[in-house]
Amino acid sequence: MAAVCGRFLEPAVVRGLAQASAARPGARCRYFSSSALLRANSGEPPKFQPPPKPVIIDKSKVVVERRFLSPEFIPPRGRKDPLKYYIERIDMIRRRKVLNIPEFYVGSILSVTTADPYASDKTSRFVGICIQRGGKGLGATFVLRNVIEGQGVEFCYEIYNPRIQEIKVLKLEKRLDDNLMYLRDALPEYSTFDVNMKPVPYSPNDEIPVNQLKVKMKPKPWSKRWERPYFNIQGIHFELPEEIMEEAQKLSQPWIKFDMLREYNTSELEKKIWNEVNEKLKK
Amino acid sequence: FSFKFHLSGTCAHLQTAVGLHRCHLNITGACSAIQKMTRVRVVDNSTLGNTPYHRPPKCIHVYNKSGVGKVGDKILLAIKGEKKKALIVGHRRPGPCMTPRFDSNNVVLIEDNGNPTGTRIKTPIPLILRKHEGEFSKVLAIAQNLV
Repeated sequence: MAAVCGRFLEPAVVRGLAQASAARPGARCRYFSSSALLRANSGEPPKFQPPPKPVIIDKSKVVVERRFLSPEFIPPRGRKDPLKYYIERIDMIRRRKVLNIPEFYVGSILSVTTADPYASDKTSRFVGICIQRGGKGLGATFVLRNVIEGQGVEFCYEIYNPRIQEIKVLKLEKRLDDNLMYLRDALPEYSTFDVNMKPVPYSPNDEIPVNQLKVKMKPKPWSKRWERPYFNIQGIHFELPEEIMEEAQKLSQPWIKFDMLREYNTSELEKKIWNEVNEKLKK
Repeated sequence: FSFKFHLSGTCAHLQTAVGLHRCHLNITGACSAIQKMTRVRVVDNSTLGNTPYHRPPKCIHVYNKSGVGKVGDKILLAIKGEKKKALIVGHRRPGPCMTPRFDSNNVVLIEDNGNPTGTRIKTPIPLILRKHEGEFSKVLAIAQNLV
């Protein structure tokens, strides 16, 4: 190709070669250069056009679809027979085939429609931020919080309750903590969410965005002493005086993370359960 | 939950204002459900509930076998030096699943025959009240938000 560059080609030959390259688009055209075409049209000397940069597709970094196993599938540490958890998982998968329970985390905004015998039109809809996900197995719950007309309201829903008709994720995101109970003592603007908000689209391959929001609190007293290291909260913007923060740090227990008896490695269990759950859901 | 508060942090500023007197402010944590001596929040737009007074409205009796009032129970309230009946429409204690838990103990003022004193209720009211439609129909009629 380098030998051809800069050679003066006749227009007919150029057109013929162009047609040939168009006919076989995959074949590398060794004898045709675009710069010669330009020169063929005007009588000026050709400007050096560097060859196009090669596109490198790194096949080792293929995008893997996000593997999400709902935390209620992972059995707690204990001496119970794993058969009990296996039977529960079968029931959970049966319910999931009927109702689509989407992936969500603490900090995402959900809207839940439930069947209510006491409501007009028999359904009631609640929109709120998930502040806590608790329980394992069929009794797994999540708590949604919202502030309506200045009054903070919290609903604790059971994920596998047959009264639930629809769970929709309006905004999928994570927060800096696993437990947002401190929103009860935070300023109400951090818990208000529009009931008619439009769902924010997200693709299943993207990483979940982590909201780095630091929440401002109401003046003390709070329901729990959130500044203490026992709660290990990253998502509060503490405006307390330094003496109180230092007093709180005195109660830290830095040896806990080295305690081997508290370790519970769930990675292998998760892989097994993920494969099992996926197979059954696809059936 | 058991709540204990440092009195020093909360009434330190009051101590300096009042002087050497130690103010004995008893700030207990919110008593989850409503019983005698709980301070409640009146939620309707009645004059009795909304005019400011130097003491918050307090429950003095719960019309219940146990002394603990849940949503839908009638209580006796002491407001502005008067006794008034009221209906509990929400409390801070988590109730059965799929029922709302409010951030404050809400109450609607009621007459002896069950008619509400106010004309409008802006705060959300739980739908469980519809179970006893006969007793609370008038309260539900003036409620604007049903959660």
